[in-house]
Amino acid sequence: MRIGVITFPGSLDDRDAQRAVRLAGAEPVALWHGSHDLEGVDALILPGGFSYGDYLRCGAIASLSPIMTEVIDAANAGMPVLGICNGFQMLTEAHLLEGGLIRNDHGSFVCRDQVLRVENASTDWTSGFEAGQQITIPLKNGEGGFIASDDVLDRLEGEGRVVFRYVDVNPNGSLRDIAGISNERGNVVGLMPHPEHAVEPGFGPDTAVAMRSGVDGLGFFTSVVRRALVEA
Amino acid sequence: MPTIVVDVMPKAELLDPQGKAVAGALARTGRTGFTGVRIGKRFELTVDGPIDDDLKANVQQIAEEILSNSVIEDVVGIHYEQSNAELASEAAVAASVTDDGFGAPAGETH
Repeated sequence: MRIGVITFPGSLDDRDAQRAVRLAGAEPVALWHGSHDLEGVDALILPGGFSYGDYLRCGAIASLSPIMTEVIDAANAGMPVLGICNGFQMLTEAHLLEGGLIRNDHGSFVCRDQVLRVENASTDWTSGFEAGQQITIPLKNGEGGFIASDDVLDRLEGEGRVVFRYVDVNPNGSLRDIAGISNERGNVVGLMPHPEHAVEPGFGPDTAVAMRSGVDGLGFFTSVVRRALVEA
Repeated sequence: MPTIVVDVMPKAELLDPQGKAVAGALARTGRTGFTGVRIGKRFELTVDGPIDDDLKANVQQIAEEILSNSVIEDVVGIHYEQSNAELASEAAVAASVTDDGFGAPAGETH
């Protein structure tokens, strides 16, 4: 399986995402925002960072990049697409996901190992988890407050499209503790925390077993790989 | 050169942490009497040609679809402004014709 990771001007975590793809047993393909070519990949990751310096709004200018035309077409055709942090912001700006992200309610950048509850374990990116499972992955953002109208929030919850919720602490003022959501089909998932930083022992969050041994993020990438194998 | 000014504000019901921080600074420095501060954005778009209905429709669309995100922000104003030189030349033209006192203002706002 080949998974494309798109680099935008100001992306930071593109190479971490490529590494996560490799550790999950797939082939990472580096894609460039200025191209119109997805190079035949089977899935896409929009990585974290500060594309265009967060000018205008986080992810807004990147969502107008040339390659986004093809990303939107592929997403609507069912290709798995994962947006992490800035990538999540791009997906909302591109209207592939509903709601929006605003500055953290406490006004400060936050960086912590965050406990999440997997609310929906049937999306392309979460099928390797159990519904209700708690995972710990890093979170680092300044504008991660998820908001939407009450109608949209009710619909997202009613349709099982709240994929992740913050547990123990709401780190950024996100409404209803929402950390990540999906589209109706479940192929497009966006979240503020960073699964790609918890994929290799020695480089992840601390666990009860050992320092930095947390690899809860690997399940995102193995989920999409396993689904591709099942469908093949 | 005509300038188009687009004003965008965070939705009224949303917490505006930037405005809140400024309000806190005002209070700390003894500037009392302000019950709130909200921070928005002002965009200035310049064009070479005349401001006509097509351009206005285009600007409206740009303001709603690119300059703002309707989930979190509102477009609170679009103003069409002209340079001082243009205002002066228009005034000269206006002065040369009969002034009925009901001429349109030079800067149009909606």
